Order: sequence, then structure tokens, then C-alpha cells
Amino acid sequence: MTIDWWLLFEISLAGLGTGGLYALTGLAFVLIYKATRVVNIAIGEMLMISAYLFFAFSAGMGLPVWLAIPGALLVSGAFGALVERTMIRPMLGESPISSFMVTVGLSSILVGLVELVWTADQQRLPEFLPSKPIEIGQAFVSPKIFYGFWIAVLLIGVVLLVFRFWRGGVALRATASDQAAAYSMGINVPRVFSLTWMAAAIIAGVAGIVVGSIGGISSAMGVFGLSVLVVVIFGGLDSVLGALVGGLSVGLIEALTGFYLGGEYKILATFSLLVLILMLRPYGLFGTHEIERL
Amino acid sequence: MRIGSAKESYAGDSALFDSHTQRVWIGLLAVTLCLFPFLANEYWLYLACLVVINIASTCGLNILTGYTGLVSLGQAAFMGLGAYTVAILQVRTGLPFLLNLLAGGCVAMLAGVLVGLPSLRVKGLYLAIATIAAGVIAHFIFSHFTSLTGGSGGLTVPPARFFGVELDNSFKLYWLIVPVTAVMLLGAANLFRTRIGRAFIAIRDRDISAEVLGISLLRYKLLSFAISSFYAGVAGGLFAYFFRAVSPESFPLLMSIFFLAAVIVGGMGTILGSVLGAVFMTLTPEVLKMVVGWLPAAVFGGNATLILSPIRTIVFGLMIVLFLIFEPHGLAEVWRRIRRLFHLWPFRT
Repeated sequence: MTIDWWLLFEISLAGLGTGGLYALTGLAFVLIYKATRVVNIAIGEMLMISAYLFFAFSAGMGLPVWLAIPGALLVSGAFGALVERTMIRPMLGESPISSFMVTVGLSSILVGLVELVWTADQQRLPEFLPSKPIEIGQAFVSPKIFYGFWIAVLLIGVVLLVFRFWRGGVALRATASDQAAAYSMGINVPRVFSLTWMAAAIIAGVAGIVVGSIGGISSAMGVFGLSVLVVVIFGGLDSVLGALVGGLSVGLIEALTGFYLGGEYKILATFSLLVLILMLRPYGLFGTHEIERL
Repeated sequence: MRIGSAKESYAGDSALFDSHTQRVWIGLLAVTLCLFPFLANEYWLYLACLVVINIASTCGLNILTGYTGLVSLGQAAFMGLGAYTVAILQVRTGLPFLLNLLAGGCVAMLAGVLVGLPSLRVKGLYLAIATIAAGVIAHFIFSHFTSLTGGSGGLTVPPARFFGVELDNSFKLYWLIVPVTAVMLLGAANLFRTRIGRAFIAIRDRDISAEVLGISLLRYKLLSFAISSFYAGVAGGLFAYFFRAVSPESFPLLMSIFFLAAVIVGGMGTILGSVLGAVFMTLTPEVLKMVVGWLPAAVFGGNATLILSPIRTIVFGLMIVLFLIFEPHGLAEVWRRIRRLFHLWPFRT
């Protein structure tokens, strides 16, 4: 059997494009996990809320795109802070399972809200990305995926720089590495928590708007979060590098299995990968192996 | 006010129902359960059967999550395995239903042991996510192993037969479902009076300490998975006989979340909690339907049925969140508080 290398290249590019969005959402997930130790299963639904906010601002209220996007992101950020204050803060000190279940409940509430306001039908977001096809050699890349990928890369770069050099970012990293020590150094840990949830909601919001403009929005959009879950387990829950590598790999694997075996094998492939990784490296590729003491 | 009950022997101390009052109430409950099918109409019988099936499955999950501390989001998958086994056996062989139910439980049990294997290396939420994978893989098998499972169309199950009587409506099935679940509940309650059950609790509280104390983690974690998925398998078998049809879409991830929510709402690590949680979670949507039906249609702009499903989803999520924040020990704790109020009356806690 001869392999059509250009076709393979084309599919890989599409996979990497989606992978960029996985990486971006994975980054939001890892931020929350690092700072607050909450496994946020509602990340897919947070993504969905931002996409719907954008939809409401642009298609519903008729605002121009350059106003609707920042508006949607601002409201998502405020929403993230609200969730942290009302649902996550009371769970401080409880078992990780409890805070995990709170996010499970949150995801259900969000799906219900979206269905209540916008019904469960699929909607289309207004076009805002250029629609001229991109060709690299003989490979053809869908423009939305192409620009989506670069938006993801750009945002990931900005986030990494911000958390490396900005005071708030340093405070976040300090909180992540040792909460008590961070407290005693005068860092306002609860504020760091709020800030992280806000930042994560905004990052997920960008991913949501891009994902929504590629595939349309519906109340089942949260399924995207399931793939992101595989991404972060693959890379390690608390590793930013892991989220990036994991996002790209999962995107690639999904695209390849989707093309060569058929769409229904996609989710099977990613979850088989997940089981494999858990058996070989239970803490993900780059996650910290926590040593337990009695 | 009730004065403390004096125990005169070790057997009396470790008895399941330790006071006279308790035995009287249990007797009353049994009588009510026997009379219920003759008094209730078809709709309430249907609901009762559904509730009792959910109780069986929730109880299984509570053994795993509430007592052993292993979070699982694969309960629906195990139920599906049980349901499919029962369906296939009933269609192909027509064996007596009790054998089918046992076989369904055993198949689910084997799968449970297989899924439990990673639990030796991964813990907590990593494990929860690994069990989601089990659900995905089970769904794939159900929809692609067409020769056995009938593909995405699923299977139609002929009714169970008991001495020539076809159990084909809720009234007849009630007499199958309730006794089976009662036996399983009793079994679970007794399990925690034995060495095995105590070992589960020790593992939940601190698994490393448990291992130091000489409890083999391998054996007991797998045993917990086995028992829990056996319960799920039998519940799935009852599900198959009750709905008389199984399809890959009958057992979604949402169903696993439902059972986990029932365990939390009811109370982790109590048998009573499994019962209360399953009853509460199953009946709430029905109550919502009634409330929406009572309210004037104008409140919803005329399309009450359209609005019902999202409201159910929201209430489902809200219940999980509110219970975790305000009543983390669940309904079982509420129950205990009410009971204490009566015991101590006229004094207050």
C-alpha cells in the first residue's frame, strides 16, 4: 500500500490545528489545577458559555465583532470569578472528590442554562476569521483551523510570558508550589484563586469562540471538554508543558484515527491512549509524582 | 425520650437492627412494601420499580466509592454489561431469569476487576477519569459488536418467566425487583460487619496505613470493584427485564454521574444513604414535572414541556452543588438528625 504523503501531511496539519485548541483549553485546566487543586470537569461547559455569550452579543444584540469578543470574554471572566467565590471557595479543605463533584454539578447547571435560554439546537456563530483557503505545497488547510491554531499559539505564548514575569503570575506560581508559605510571604491566596479562575475562564473563552466558529455551537459542545480531560491526564495534571504536548498529540491522533478508521473510532482511540498512559505513567508524561507520607 | 439500649452480649452489640423499635419499623416497612402494589396505580408502580433498580445500583457504587474511597464514573457501563448479558441470554437460551441475573452480575464483576486493575497504581481523580474510559470502551463494544449486541439498534428482551407466568408489567416485575434488591441491600449491610467490609473502610480512610496493617490492597481493592460491579450488573439485568429493551444509548456517562450524585446526595458510606439518595434523585424529576404541570402555562410563555428538560438538568446540577456545600454528609445525616430530635425530645441537641 502506498501512502499519499501529501494527504497524510494535510490530515496531520488539521489535527495539529485542533490540537492547538486542545492545548489552549488544557492550559486553562492546568492553571486551575495548579493554583486551586480542583479538577475542573466543567471546562468544556465554560468554553460553551463564552461561545454562547459571543453569539448573544454579536448575533443577538447586533454588536460588531471587535466589541462582541472582548465583551464575551469580560463576562466569562466575571463568571469565572463568581463560580470560584460561590462554589469553589466553600469547598476549601474538603476532599478533592467533593470539589470535583461540584464542577460536575456546575457543568450540568451550565448545560441546562444554555438549553433554557438558547434551546438545544445548533447555532452558527457570525464569521470573523478570513475565509481564503490556505495551501502549503499541495496540502490544503481549512482557514478557520489555520487561524484558530495561530490564535491558540499566540495566546499560549502571552499567558506563559505573563505568568513568568508579571507579579500576579509569580504569586500564582508561589501559591501553586506551597500555599502556606505563599500566605506567610504576604500573598493574598484567596485573591490568587479568584484571579486564576478568572484567567482560566477567559482563556477557555477564547478557545470556545474559536471552536464555536469552526464547528458551530450547541448545548453538546461540552464534549470537547472530555477530550481536554484526556489531554491533561496525558501530559500530567499540573504541567503546562504537558498540556501543550498532550494537546498537540491528542489532536494529531484524533485526526489520524478519524480519517483512517472512521469518526466513531476517534473517542475510542483517545481513551485507549488514556488507559495506556495511566498504566505506564500514572501521573502523566510531565506531571509531578507525589510521594505520600503517613 | 428514649433511654440508651443496654447490650447484654457481643452478638447484640453487632446486630444489624439493634433495638426493638428498629425491628418494629423494619417490619412495618416490609408490610407496606407488600401492600404497595395493590394500592398504587400503574404510574406509581412504574416509578417504584425504577427507584428500586436505581437503589440496587447506587448501593453497589456506594460500596466502591463511599466505603472503599475509589471514585468511579463507570457504573452505567457495568450496568450496561449486566443488561446486555441478561438480554442476550434471555433471547438466545431462555434460561430461568435468576440464572441470567447472576450471569449478568458475574460478567459485570469480571469487567469490574479488569477496570479495577489501574486502581492499584492510580488514585483519586485519575482513577475516576480512567473509569470514564471504561464507559467509552463499553459503549463502543455495545454499538460495534453487532453479531451479539444488535449494534446501535440494541436488543428487545422477551419478558422473564416465572413458573409459566410472564412478568410483563410493573405489577408482576415489582415482585421480582423488590426482593432481589432487598437481598442485595441486606448483603451490603452485613458486608460491613465482616473482615472484608472493615478492610474496605480502612482502605478508604488511609490506604497506606491499611497496607501497613496487613490488608492486601491488591486483593481488597479488586474485591471492592468486583462486588460493586456485581451489584451494577444485577441492577442492569433488572433494568433489561423492566424496560424490555437495551441499546448502547441506554447507558450514557450521564447515568454514571447520576449514580455518583445519588451516592453523594444520600450520604457516602451508609447503606441508608444509598436508598435515600436513589429515591430522592429518581423522584425529583417527576416532582418537577408535576410542579411545572401545576403552574399556569403563561409562566413559561406557553411551552411548558419544552422548558422541562433544561430545568431538570439545572436542578440536577444544583442539587449536587448545594448538597456538597451545605449538607456534605447527605440525606442520611439529615435523617439521623431528625431521629435524634425524637430520641432526645423534650431536650434539644
